[in-house]
Amino acid sequence: MTELTLRGLTKRFGSLTAVEDVTLEIPNGRFVCLLGPSGCGKTTLLRLIAGLEEPSAGQVLVGGQDQTRVPTHKRDFGMVFQSLALFPHLTVAENVAYPLAIRGVDRASRRKRATELLDLVRLPDVGDRRIHQLSGGQRQRVAIARGLAIDPKVFLLDEPLSALDANLREHMQVELRQLQERLGVTTVVVTHDQKEALTMADVLIVMDKGRVQQMGAPMDLYRDPANAFVAGFIGSTNLIPCRLAGRAVELAGTRIELAEGDRVKCADGDAVLSVRPEDVRFAEAGLLARVTFIRDLGESVQFTLDLDGREVSALFAPRERPGVGLGDSVHLAFEPGQRVVLAP
Amino acid sequence: MSAGVGRTTPGWLGAIPAVWLAVLFLIPFAIMLSVSVAQRVPGGFFEPGFELASYARLFTAFFGRILLTSVLIAGGAALICVALAFPFTVILAGMRRRAQTLVLVMLLAVLSLSEVIIGFSLSTLLSRTAGVGNLFAALGLTETSQAYTPGLFALMAGLCYLGFPYAVLVLYPPVSRLDPELGEAARSMGASPLRGFLTVTVPVLRAPILGALILVFVFTLGAYLLPQLLGRPRHWTLSVHITDQAIFQSNLPLAAAMAVVLLLVALAMVGLALLLGRQREAGA
Repeated sequence: MTELTLRGLTKRFGSLTAVEDVTLEIPNGRFVCLLGPSGCGKTTLLRLIAGLEEPSAGQVLVGGQDQTRVPTHKRDFGMVFQSLALFPHLTVAENVAYPLAIRGVDRASRRKRATELLDLVRLPDVGDRRIHQLSGGQRQRVAIARGLAIDPKVFLLDEPLSALDANLREHMQVELRQLQERLGVTTVVVTHDQKEALTMADVLIVMDKGRVQQMGAPMDLYRDPANAFVAGFIGSTNLIPCRLAGRAVELAGTRIELAEGDRVKCADGDAVLSVRPEDVRFAEAGLLARVTFIRDLGESVQFTLDLDGREVSALFAPRERPGVGLGDSVHLAFEPGQRVVLAP
Repeated sequence: MSAGVGRTTPGWLGAIPAVWLAVLFLIPFAIMLSVSVAQRVPGGFFEPGFELASYARLFTAFFGRILLTSVLIAGGAALICVALAFPFTVILAGMRRRAQTLVLVMLLAVLSLSEVIIGFSLSTLLSRTAGVGNLFAALGLTETSQAYTPGLFALMAGLCYLGFPYAVLVLYPPVSRLDPELGEAARSMGASPLRGFLTVTVPVLRAPILGALILVFVFTLGAYLLPQLLGRPRHWTLSVHITDQAIFQSNLPLAAAMAVVLLLVALAMVGLALLLGRQREAGA
C-alpha cells in the first residue's frame, strides 16, 4: 500500500525553483532518506509534505487522500525539527504530551502515554525535568518521542541528528532505525550525510538542484547510479572521462572492452566511466599510472594515482596491500562487472 | 567570559555612571525626602524640620482613591499596550527585513512626539467640532457629532499611544530571536496558529512580556499632562495632584510626600510583578 504520494510537486520562491516537479510514491512502513547537498531542495520538499510550505503546483496524498490544501495542524503527522524545537517552558513529559494536550486528552492518560514514549526512546525518569537540564542526545530522544506521541501516519525528520557529535550521531542512527522498524511508521528523514542515509534508509531519494536524481534501495543506487551526480554523492567514486563506442570505452589512449554486468547509461560518444575505489586493481598490463600519495587508514589503504593527468583513487584491505611505493608506476585494471558508463 | 569582559572594560568606567546617578538621582531624591518632612508655612513656603504631617494627610480616603486611580489607569494602559504590542511585534518580526526597518523607524519617530503634542492632537481629533465625531455623523453612524474627550477612553488612547512604541522596542529583540521552528512545531503537533501562539509563543516569551508591562506601567504612572488634557477630574492621577500641590497650592512638603509614596508604590508593583513571574517559572 502506498502511504505517501507526491504528484508533480513544485515550489518556487520568486524566480528560484526550490523543488521541481517531484513525483514519487513511498510505500507504507518504509524508512526513506532524502539525501542531497545543501540547497538541493530536500528540506523544502519535507516542508511541503508537512504542509509548512504551500506548493506552487502539484499534490501531496496520504493513504490516497489529497492533503495538499489541508493545513499542517490537521495532517496528523509527527515531525522532528532541525533545532528540535522543544518547548523550554514545559517539562520533558509535558513536551512529549503536547500533541495529546492539544487534542484534549485527559491529564492521567497524557501522563501515562508520556511515560510509555520516554521508555520507548530509553529515557525513563526524566519526565519532570526541564529541557535545559538535558544533554544533547537526551533532547534528541525527547523530540523523537514527541513526534511519535499521536502514532502519526507519517513521521518526518529534518536533519534530526545534525547537532550531535560524531559518536553519538552514529549511535542514534542505529537506534532511530531500530525504533522505526519496531513501530513500522512510514518515515522520511532529510540528511546531507550519505553515511547516515546508508545506515538508516530502506529507500534513498537523491536530490540535486530541486529535482529527484534517483530513488531506490541504497545498494542499488551505490552499484547502479543513474548519473554522475548520484555516483559521486553515494559513496566515493572515480569519474574518468572516456569515449563510448558500442560495448567498449576508450580512455587515456587505451581501449577497454566492457564485460557482462557493466552498465551503460548513455549514448555513444563522450562519457564518464564510474569505478569505485575498491574496484580499482593493480595489474600486469594496461593503463599506466603513477602513485602520488598513500593514505594508511588502518582498516584500509588508499592509493592516490595519477592517470594521464587525472586523479584516481584505489582502496585495498591491509592484507591485500600491494607492494608498491610512492612514485612507482603501476598498471591499473577495473573490476569487470562493476563499471558504469554515464553521461558526462 | 566574565573575566574577558573585565579585562577589556576598565572597572573605573563604572564610576562615571555611578557619579551621574548620585548627582542626578540620589541627591535630588534626598532633597525631596527632606522637603517631604519639612514644616509647611501656611501662606508662605516651608521651613526645614521633621514632621510627618504631610504623610499623615495622605492616609485619607481621598488620597487613597487617587492612588488607586493612578495604579488602575497605569496598569490598564500597560495591559492594553502590551496586548496590542505583542502580536504586533510577532507579526513585525515575521516580515521582510526592509519592512521591519521601516516600521521600527516609524515607531522611533513616534517617540520624538512629546506628551503635549499627543495630548492636544487627540483632544482635537476626539472633539465634537473638529474630530472624528463629524466623520461618524457624516457616515450616518451617529445622528449628530459627539465629543469623545475628555473621558477614560480618550485618556487610555493617549497613554497607549505614548507607551506602545516602548512596549514594541522592549519586545522586539527577544521576539525576533525566537526560533520560528517553535511555532511550526506546535502546528505540526495539531495546534492551530492561534492555539500555538497562546500555548507556545506567549509562554516562551513570558519574561519579556512582563518586562514590557512593567516599563509601560511605570512610564504611564508618571504621566501628568495627558490625564488633565484628556481625562475628567476623577481620572486625575497622583502625578497631576503632585503638580497641583507643588505649583498651584505651593505645598511643597505635601507634593514631595506624594512623590515619595508614588515612587514606593511603583517599586512595590514592579517587585510584585517580578515575584509573580519568578513563582510562575518555578511552579510551571
